[in-house]
Amino acid sequence: MTSRRALATGGVVAAACVLAWLLFVGLPRWYGAPATGRVADAPTTAPTPPGRKIKARLYYVSADGTRLITVERDVAYGEGTVQQAREIITAQIAPTAEPLVSAVPPGTALRALFISDRGTAYVDLTGAAAAAHEGGALNELLTVYTIVNALTSNLPAVTAVQILVDGKEVDTLAGHVDLRRPLAKDLGWVQ
Amino acid sequence: MNLRALSLLIIVVVVNGIQGQPLSPAAPLTVLSKEGRRPLAVTLVGDQEFVALDDLAVLFQLTVREETLGAITVSYKGKTIVLTTDQALASVAGKLISLPAAPVRSGRRALVPVEFISRALTTVYDTRLDLRKPSHLLVVGDLRVPRVTIRYEALGTGARLTIDAAPRAASVVSQENDRLAIKFDADAVDVALPQIPAQGLIQAVRVADAVSIAVDLGPRFGAFRATAQPLEAASRLTIDVVAAQTDTPSPGSATPSPGPPGSPAPSGAPLPDLSGVGQSASAIRTIAIDPGHGGDDAGVVGSGGTKEKDLTLAVARRVKAAIEGRLGIRVLLTRDEDKKVPLDDRSAAANNNKADLFLGLHASASLRKGTTGAAIFYAAFDKDAEDKARASLGTERLPTFTGGSRDIELLTWDLAQIRHVDRSEQLAHLLEQQFHDRVPLSPHPVERAPLHVLESANMPAVIVEIGYLTNVDQEKQLTANEFQNTLVQAIVDAVVKFRDALDADRGIR
Repeated sequence: MTSRRALATGGVVAAACVLAWLLFVGLPRWYGAPATGRVADAPTTAPTPPGRKIKARLYYVSADGTRLITVERDVAYGEGTVQQAREIITAQIAPTAEPLVSAVPPGTALRALFISDRGTAYVDLTGAAAAAHEGGALNELLTVYTIVNALTSNLPAVTAVQILVDGKEVDTLAGHVDLRRPLAKDLGWVQ
Repeated sequence: MNLRALSLLIIVVVVNGIQGQPLSPAAPLTVLSKEGRRPLAVTLVGDQEFVALDDLAVLFQLTVREETLGAITVSYKGKTIVLTTDQALASVAGKLISLPAAPVRSGRRALVPVEFISRALTTVYDTRLDLRKPSHLLVVGDLRVPRVTIRYEALGTGARLTIDAAPRAASVVSQENDRLAIKFDADAVDVALPQIPAQGLIQAVRVADAVSIAVDLGPRFGAFRATAQPLEAASRLTIDVVAAQTDTPSPGSATPSPGPPGSPAPSGAPLPDLSGVGQSASAIRTIAIDPGHGGDDAGVVGSGGTKEKDLTLAVARRVKAAIEGRLGIRVLLTRDEDKKVPLDDRSAAANNNKADLFLGLHASASLRKGTTGAAIFYAAFDKDAEDKARASLGTERLPTFTGGSRDIELLTWDLAQIRHVDRSEQLAHLLEQQFHDRVPLSPHPVERAPLHVLESANMPAVIVEIGYLTNVDQEKQLTANEFQNTLVQAIVDAVVKFRDALDADRGIR
């Protein structure tokens, strides 16, 4: 009985080890590690001290509702461009309190973020980005350029951004702004 | 409990990835090659079309291998594409290529979005692959398969068909009893058929065989005249059809419309008699008005309950009545009821009806409740997209942002507006001038932005955002009769100014 149990436990541990190796070592190596972003000028330095921050420019709706304003905020440090991009988007889409108003619909979360070797960031947001959008062309432009400018103005390696929703390409978020192509930085939407 | 079995089960579940969406068969793709035509089965998952990797493997001599952990490799002559079942991405030589959806499974078969062919497979395959999604064609190799677009327009009591073939292909027109046959010098044709309203001259236009189109003639048919004219990148064939007698039939007695009910084209609706306007009288003969949203897409909803979709339709109907009544210009509404119309269909309706101007009507929303005022938008294009579109004229395919190449069809359609942007900007400023002192304007009254519906419009095109439904006072104003009359008059005045400017430019030339 005891030896069977030990054998079974050993089997589980072995299977878990194989699975872990495949997930974290084997698959990325064999897959060419596209998701880790070759753009990343990631220096492999010493481990990051906990709580380390960077200053990033984030974007919120202006008082007159027709443009974005720039707010410099502390954002968690991320190792490499991809991780830093994830931290910036996470901070940008986090709920805000007055007087700041975010153009990103409430409930929107980041599902995934990849950067291609040409510097296009793919920002995969949850369905709330479209479903909870209030609509209006300008309002939608402010949502889209909040995301696009948050990455392109803080990370020189990111030259364009394509927003995906629930893992898929979408035509628009609310029926106006074309999301079928990556969009470059446009500070014309910022006051 | 056998823990080893449990652990294996966990791994199996992780590896297989569960796909819960229902699969249904759809119209197959037709694969055109030197060997002939073959169907390629298509499966619908939601709105997305998928093809089976096994079928592609047979067609294109690919090696498909299922790896562990849901990865699939597709190899062709030493080049490999890697897919994973939970990501809408493919990887080719370390480059990421985005797909509209992740691969799914149907039993033991792996299905990939059809765009896999044009975005990923084409980067490793040694023969040209030209996926033409709207016409369900996949052209393999250098076949001559021109895209043929046909436009119908009423001219007085007659009718005109304008048939463009791109790239250029010669054609021969012959009359056989009650139909005209148009035969193209090509391996096959890729045809977009027009909506034909009931008028008794032309009953229908249809595909006769791989290289021919048939025009079915109606009881009023008298004679036709065909003229061929080479354009920059296309051959144009114009067929003018005239009636047998001079009496004008009443629309009520005309043959029933062959167009589907509720189509965006004004099928069934009597067209205004434009014989007095004449084809050369003005640069603007048809205007497409696009009331935003519709159906389950209400657009912005004001705090008083006003829905953008209802407001835009009401204003669009007023603008149509005013323009047709006062200017004698034909107006096409992209929707004349509360229904959802995809953005591409809206610009397609304008393009297919040869509209000379596209006017979208929308209402705005703001997260700041004080925001008010109208704004006029015209299209903006990324510098890269613009350069690529210009560089692409006359070429067949273009590099994508994600590596590989993409069919020119996508670019020309998406970027049709590029050559009209200057005129669109002029129209936007004319609207702004006419709104001044009549319709409250936003602090940024003219905006340039990458708006989807404008990009495919092949004519000067703008969207008028008439005001903010999220502002309580403005919501009341927008729904008031008096305001709508003023707004409509300002739009009509701007259209007159724009038409005069175009006519003046044409006169100078």
